[in-house]
Amino acid sequence: MALPVYATPLERLWHHAYRVICVAIFVFLIVPILVVIPLSFNAEPYFTFTPEMLSLDPAGYSLRWYDELLTLGMTTPEGVRDGAWWEQVWAEATWVKAAKNSIIIGFWATILATVLGTLAALGLSRPEMPYRRLIMAILISPMIVPIIIIATGLFFFYSNPCAPLALFGLDLQCGRLTSTYLGVIMAHATLGIPFVIITVTATLSGFDQSLIRASASLGASPRTTFFKVILPLILPGVVSGALFAFVTSFDEVVAVLFIAGPDQQTIPRQMWNGIREAISPAILAVATILVIISIALLTTVELLRRRSERLRGVSPG
Amino acid sequence: MPADPFVTAPPALLTTSDGRPLKAALAQAQGRARRRAFLLVAPLLAFVIFTFVLPIAQMLQRSVYHDGFSANAPAVRAWFAATVPGTPPDETAFAALAQDFRQMKADKTAGLAGTRVNYTLPESRSLFTATARKADDLAPPYRDAFLAISAKWASPAVWQAMRSAASPYTSDFYLIATDFERADDGTPRRVQENQRIYVYLFVKTFVLSGVITLLCLLLAFPVAHLLATLPMARANLLMILVLLPFWTSLLVRTSSWIVMLQGQGVVNDLLVATGVVDDQNRLEMMYNQLGTIIVMTHILLPFMILPLYSVMKVIPPSYARAARSLGATSWTTFRRIYLPQTLPGIGAGAILVFILAVGYYITPALVGGADGQLISNLIDFHMDKSNWSLAAALSAMLLAGVLVIYWLYDRLVGIDNLKFG
Repeated sequence: MALPVYATPLERLWHHAYRVICVAIFVFLIVPILVVIPLSFNAEPYFTFTPEMLSLDPAGYSLRWYDELLTLGMTTPEGVRDGAWWEQVWAEATWVKAAKNSIIIGFWATILATVLGTLAALGLSRPEMPYRRLIMAILISPMIVPIIIIATGLFFFYSNPCAPLALFGLDLQCGRLTSTYLGVIMAHATLGIPFVIITVTATLSGFDQSLIRASASLGASPRTTFFKVILPLILPGVVSGALFAFVTSFDEVVAVLFIAGPDQQTIPRQMWNGIREAISPAILAVATILVIISIALLTTVELLRRRSERLRGVSPG
Repeated sequence: MPADPFVTAPPALLTTSDGRPLKAALAQAQGRARRRAFLLVAPLLAFVIFTFVLPIAQMLQRSVYHDGFSANAPAVRAWFAATVPGTPPDETAFAALAQDFRQMKADKTAGLAGTRVNYTLPESRSLFTATARKADDLAPPYRDAFLAISAKWASPAVWQAMRSAASPYTSDFYLIATDFERADDGTPRRVQENQRIYVYLFVKTFVLSGVITLLCLLLAFPVAHLLATLPMARANLLMILVLLPFWTSLLVRTSSWIVMLQGQGVVNDLLVATGVVDDQNRLEMMYNQLGTIIVMTHILLPFMILPLYSVMKVIPPSYARAARSLGATSWTTFRRIYLPQTLPGIGAGAILVFILAVGYYITPALVGGADGQLISNLIDFHMDKSNWSLAAALSAMLLAGVLVIYWLYDRLVGIDNLKFG
């Protein structure tokens, strides 16, 4: 954005002030995220930069908080770090368990949300779809309705999942979904669905529907058409929708607080405990790892988006 | 007889090759296409109804339904049904109550019934549990027996509260959630000034969300404009700075703000080191309303920048140049030419940020302290205390507010236009 030659001195001044304001806003956006990275290497149990850290003295830095991520919750954290020790880490360490739970729940929630969401997006983008607007509004609403309301609803619902059948005259008792993996996975899939719908329908808006007819006229079954024609073209949208769904699940804490049991502790749940109770720099070590993961995910999504736009003939932007 | 040349034969019905009328065949084909499209959506729709719509509907039902008293006190319920409101309790009423209390003691449900009455009249729960403990000693004349346990049993307020609890369906929880109570004769009236908390918190939630939306708009506008006008390569680079917060975990961002804002935090240290603030008077930027505002503005800012950016990107720069060439100053050009063209983006971003802010829970709970809490935190508080019906009533009111804004968003922007990145 170059300044026009006819700009008055006041406009020149404003132009530079504007640049400074923009830089300040970018600093506001990004510094709070990056500040945790150096602090996670703090040798002291503080949340601030110690004088040693500021003078770049190596003694001021350490990996002790990353080490704590492995040892917290172990019965015998001391000892030789051999195969047996690492096995113990894998089986007992609190944060490792939380990471395993987060990945298991996130993986299945993503699969569920992506498969169902992609199918629905295919239906929703057909011009013949009846009640399109209403159904779209319902499917997007998990993103809009406050999470506390969803969590409260699930809390009651999961304690007796067959209760709504009473409306149809069936009085059944069918166990509980609270404190189960299935319950958390279903809740997280619901929360991830809007993101899949939004990204896949956006990709499909540039999809040439006549390709489906072309494929059918050449003798392909609907199944072949889907896997050979539609899916390769919408794959970038599906993958970024899936990544959104995974991140939603990976970051979700309120539903977990309400419906998960002690066996389903996830990383955000563990961080929540850490922030609420004893806030130790170990949290910052986790935060650093998560920031690095989100940078990786962001890069993936950006690359996918550009590939998708190239495929659709839109100039990258 | 020769055909009359002036009467044409009725046009033959257009048919398909197998002889069906074309109209019917088309309708059938379209119906089939509609059913196919719907079948693709059906599994997801069923899933969302099962895990989202039904649970919320079932929870909201609790806001008008509480059978804690009515299910456990059938005899008194029958007496209430037989008499008009305001009837003073006679000996038959006390006899019915005694019968119910004996049953409640046997079933250990006096606490449950008392809890329901307690919503309309505080301290009723202890009255119920205390009476249930002595239920076996109740003997005629029942009125005197009850009064011997507690003089409160003669109070019309207690009987009015029980009368309103005798029906499982009730509007009491909405009354409480809007700071009303029932007077002795059952008519609603506002609670005393110092006890009005719910309406205040609703207003505060909406006002704070408005402030956060405005701050987001003020911060997002210059950034979105810069991104929209810079050359593509540099804009893409800067876009990463907007998208990284968007992709970073909420808890990570909240904990980094704790690091930044706390008493011994980075911002205070910086201010002390530069001499702006005295070491003894470090700023309190956290665990109060200010903390909630700062952190939520940061978290919701990308939701404002992205829709603004997508609108600004397609505004042709030639309009502004035309205005300048016609003699408008840069301020006039901005106000009369550029700003009106960004309104769709401002609307989309503002509604999205507002709707997300109104229901926020995590950030206020972690950095809000006492006065930075929003309505979601109050719902959580009542869930914690097992005041489920009251939590449901508050949820219903919050949900109604959110759905109105959502409907507005759909009307003004269209849900189809929601995009990320």
